[in-house]
Amino acid sequence: MEKRPDIIYLQKKAIEIRKDILNMLTLAGSGHTGGSLSIVEILVSLYYYKLKNDPVNPSWPGRDRFLLSKGHACPALYAVLAHKGYFPRDMLWTLRKLGSPLQGHPQLGLAGVEISSGSLGQGLSIANGIALAARLDGLGIRVYCLLGDGETNEGQVWEAAMTASHYKLDNLCAIVDYNKLQIDGFCCEVKDPGDLKHKWESFGWSVLKVDGHDLQALMDSYDCAEKIKGRPTVIIADTVKGKGVSFIENKVEWHGIAPKKEECEKALQELDEALRKLA
Amino acid sequence: MSASELKMVPSRDGFGRGLVKLGKENKDVVVLSADLTDSTRAAWFKKEFPDRFFGLGVAEQDMFGTAAGMALMGKIPFACTFGVFASGRAWDQIRVSIAYMNANVKIAGTHGGISVGPDGATHQALEEISLMRILPKMTVVVPCDAIEAQKATLEAAKIKGPVYLRLGRAPMPVITKEEDFFRIGKANILRDGKDLTIFACGQMVYESMLACDILEKEGVKARLINMHTPKPIDRDTIIKAAHETGAFVSVEEHTIAGGLGSAIAEVAAQAHSVPMKMVGIQNKFGVSGEPEELFEYFGLTPKKIVIAAKEVLRMKK
Repeated sequence: MEKRPDIIYLQKKAIEIRKDILNMLTLAGSGHTGGSLSIVEILVSLYYYKLKNDPVNPSWPGRDRFLLSKGHACPALYAVLAHKGYFPRDMLWTLRKLGSPLQGHPQLGLAGVEISSGSLGQGLSIANGIALAARLDGLGIRVYCLLGDGETNEGQVWEAAMTASHYKLDNLCAIVDYNKLQIDGFCCEVKDPGDLKHKWESFGWSVLKVDGHDLQALMDSYDCAEKIKGRPTVIIADTVKGKGVSFIENKVEWHGIAPKKEECEKALQELDEALRKLA
Repeated sequence: MSASELKMVPSRDGFGRGLVKLGKENKDVVVLSADLTDSTRAAWFKKEFPDRFFGLGVAEQDMFGTAAGMALMGKIPFACTFGVFASGRAWDQIRVSIAYMNANVKIAGTHGGISVGPDGATHQALEEISLMRILPKMTVVVPCDAIEAQKATLEAAKIKGPVYLRLGRAPMPVITKEEDFFRIGKANILRDGKDLTIFACGQMVYESMLACDILEKEGVKARLINMHTPKPIDRDTIIKAAHETGAFVSVEEHTIAGGLGSAIAEVAAQAHSVPMKMVGIQNKFGVSGEPEELFEYFGLTPKKIVIAAKEVLRMKK
């Protein structure tokens, strides 16, 4: 088992990333705040612990692949990639601006971005294709694909879920950001996803449930998923939309808007306070 | 040259043979199918290379995404289904997961056009050229017979990026030879003439040959161009024909809205405008019937091509 990074270091990193996300979105003047903040620990635990990757050589064929299917949460991915050294952190402030490689939804071509996404429901099929091709070539890589819970409304997700279990893709791990909100409201009111665990199980997947903000538990779940053979694994990560900022948490209206300058300052104060507590 | 003297082979058979040839030459070629493995001739590849064949069930959107993932890993996936389910049902998947990423996926849409026959409107793809050619990065090829379909399949594998192959179900006359020149993007001039130009693709190339025979008997010399690649369209050949012949007829087994005729008109209108008529499906869905009956029903016949030719000749004066 890989050596785990210091947990306080990771917790601090998560807060730093949240601060960058808020600054990016505020400068951009638009974007998806809630769903970016909910996936920070999922990404930090992957990129700082689990993924075999090389920011200096981002197209290294032996790397593990991370696919952000819920493309609207790209501010979180961009911030993590910048912190990992895939590209200069200054580029973050160009989010959504004309000429920036940091498109409003991810586009292939930016170092560390594995797929273009934004039209929901498409990432898991692509992940299957990568996993199948890797198996065909005897490449021992792992493929991770992060979906939103609202995204599971898309039929293609379930087509892909069937494919992954049919082909017994145990080199594939899906993660559902179970933040319980989507753009129109609570998932259970928009179109009730019901018992997600049973749904995935009935599609032939092994299912792990985890607190999506508990870095240690997330790392445990990635290790556990890797050991499960003969079928794909999905990690249902229980998260809070807008996590880390009191007035954004669990607020549906924060799905698709960016903070205003004053809101950003207030949010940064909260996050700085959290940082001080950690120190 | 009448149909009875020519070999009749569906263009999908040429595709199937091309796939097998590719499979032997290049181990990176993989084939995906959405439960239409025999119909699309993907089965011929599956038989030879079962390890490189992937069935995805009745799930076209998933199939094209899976193909995109394989392409990202360096494979050359050929994803096969009927044209309607490829170009229509999975359009957004082709747009975002394939074209936007310039993924090296080859899309084989068989059962194009009304020549599908008795299955009727839901299975007769009449819109693929339009739907596919509006996507950046996409190449669209409509072979005129089985031999050209095989060549197009082999050529498609050499292109880095997405290619859509429009193929037919029904047997159609084999009008080209193995040794004939074929290159994607380069139109083939089959007959020279100065009075007007007839552009055609798919089986309509043969119907247009018959139309040229009729016209010739009446003293009209038509230039006939096999426009097998609606995208990237051969601009030079179109502009040259506009200057030299001064009148156009386009013929396609496809809606005239956004299809081959539109692609040609876009070039001509902006470079050297000439009178033009478009023979094709006129804002209609298909219906059940035998292919020959349907060509007659929808006016995709040499007789209608001749009428269109005479109209543009009048407009030219």
